[in-house]
Amino acid sequence: MMLELSAVHAHYGHIHALHGVDLAVQVGEVVTLIGANGAGKSTLMMSLFGQPRASMGRIIFDGEDITALPAHEISRRGIALVPEGRRIFPRMTVMENLQMGAALADPTNFDVDLKRMCALFPILDERQGQRAGTLSGGEQQMLAIARALMSRPKLLLLDEPSLGLAPLYIKKIFQTIRTLNRDHGMTVLLVEQNAHHALRVAHRGYVLQHGRIVLSGSGRELLASPEVRAAYLEGGAGKGD
Amino acid sequence: MALALQQLINGLTLGAVYGLIAIGYTMVYGIIGMINFAHGDIYMVSAFISVTAFTLLAALGVSSVPLALVTVLLVSVLFTSVYGWAVERTAYRPLRGSTRLAPLISAIGMSIFLQNMVQLTQGARVKPIPPVLVGGFDLLTVDGFTVHLAYSQLLIVVVTVFLMAAFTYLLSQTSFGRQQRACEQDRLMTSLLGINVDRTISLTFMLGAMLAAVAGVLVTVYYGVVDFYIGFVVGIKAFTAAVLGGIGSFPGAMLGGVLIGLIEAFWSAYLAPEYKDVATFAILILVLMFRPSGLLGRPEVEKV
Ligand SMILES: Nc1ncnc2c1ncn2[C@@H]1O[C@H](COP(=O)(O)OP(=O)(O)OP(=O)(O)O)[C@@H](O)[C@H]1O
Ligand SMILES: [Mg+2]
Repeated sequence: MMLELSAVHAHYGHIHALHGVDLAVQVGEVVTLIGANGAGKSTLMMSLFGQPRASMGRIIFDGEDITALPAHEISRRGIALVPEGRRIFPRMTVMENLQMGAALADPTNFDVDLKRMCALFPILDERQGQRAGTLSGGEQQMLAIARALMSRPKLLLLDEPSLGLAPLYIKKIFQTIRTLNRDHGMTVLLVEQNAHHALRVAHRGYVLQHGRIVLSGSGRELLASPEVRAAYLEGGAGKGD
Repeated sequence: MALALQQLINGLTLGAVYGLIAIGYTMVYGIIGMINFAHGDIYMVSAFISVTAFTLLAALGVSSVPLALVTVLLVSVLFTSVYGWAVERTAYRPLRGSTRLAPLISAIGMSIFLQNMVQLTQGARVKPIPPVLVGGFDLLTVDGFTVHLAYSQLLIVVVTVFLMAAFTYLLSQTSFGRQQRACEQDRLMTSLLGINVDRTISLTFMLGAMLAAVAGVLVTVYYGVVDFYIGFVVGIKAFTAAVLGGIGSFPGAMLGGVLIGLIEAFWSAYLAPEYKDVATFAILILVLMFRPSGLLGRPEVEKV
């Protein structure tokens, strides 16, 4: 088992955002987490890094209890996040952002990894010296993904990578997820509003509602499930709650 | 004309010192968004450490000027950076994540503590040191006025220029510099990339303290005296320099320092010397009123 959350609760002050979440990701899997706005998807992702820290329950990564570790220690265990809103460093160049992603990686891998990212996202190669804050939204998203991959993570977390992107970019990003998983054996946990795409690329999925897992199953099962269809597919996203 | 040249030399010397100290304010502000009001006192502590070290070396019979200077610089930088580290650790880190005002008050408390500590242990009187670096060059004489460049002034400018170049390289080209800048832009994201943000902040405080330490040693050599109050006066001037240049901006701190130094020197020579501190404070108020982002700073509002 790569990642296992058991009965995880999380709070923001008085707001109780996660109510005992159980979730598991196996090595080599793509798992997706869907749910309406405010369901707690981003909170779940961030709670893996203790931001906010799980107030109850346990988080096991790669056989180790990481519930109480500081964020940088958790990341060093091999978890990389493409966060909601990208959070690239706007006043650094594209190259510097990628170097930041590789800050704790083996420096001898840097050149190989950089080439790989440039092959994956040719635009980043062309824009190496450009300030990241001046990239377009889609380009910034690619940079955020590339930055996460530069650390060669065991587990890649993606929080709404397709948000606000043109269909062409969305297609490209889902293709990338598939390639990374199939050809490089990357384990992925994917949060998406775009349930249709997400469930097609994922082996398994979970549905989160008001901070609770209300449904789980294989991607195919969830795609066919009437609840999921009604809440997340036909009427568009955001009406589940 | 000769007087103007002399004031240019004096102003640049002073400005270099203000600039070195201003960098500490600016770097700390850049990374955690607070004004470290104890920074001026860190500089004062360093001046006292260097007085003690110079006196000890003189008592031991060390007569080589370069040897004495290098030794004192090393000792002072070492002790002062430990002070910088300890101040952050005890007064600011426990308050991280609380209101913006809390660390500010803590900083003022730390400043009072450091002043009183030095006053208690070193006495309230002005402390002199044995002369270290005397003499200089007479550059030219016009109408009986001789323009003088003291060796100590030359030393201050050369050391400052060297440190500026070294820090520019450190911040823009090394992985530590990148991490430092990343923390300035997004601390949480930086920690998610595996970087120990607390450690980066500690190092930033230590680097700022190191520059203040160098300034403390240089000023001790230049003036030959220190007292426990210089931290406040020089601290406010360096702070003004940082604000004038644009707080958070590294080149801004240096530019602000030089400008404040020059303004002070020329004001003293041509206007009323007794009002030179007023000039600095007037600048601080004017900048805060009309251009709070300073000469080279970024405006607060920014598209991300
Ligand atoms: N920093 C915060 N402080 C207080 N409340 C927060 C904070 N972040 C999130 N919340 C609250 O926690 C709940 C879960 O938010 P979260 O961001 O995890 O939702 P989400 O599922 O990611 O939604 P979306 O699809 O809109 O991104 C929401 O009710 C939100 O208002
Ligand atoms: Mg979210």
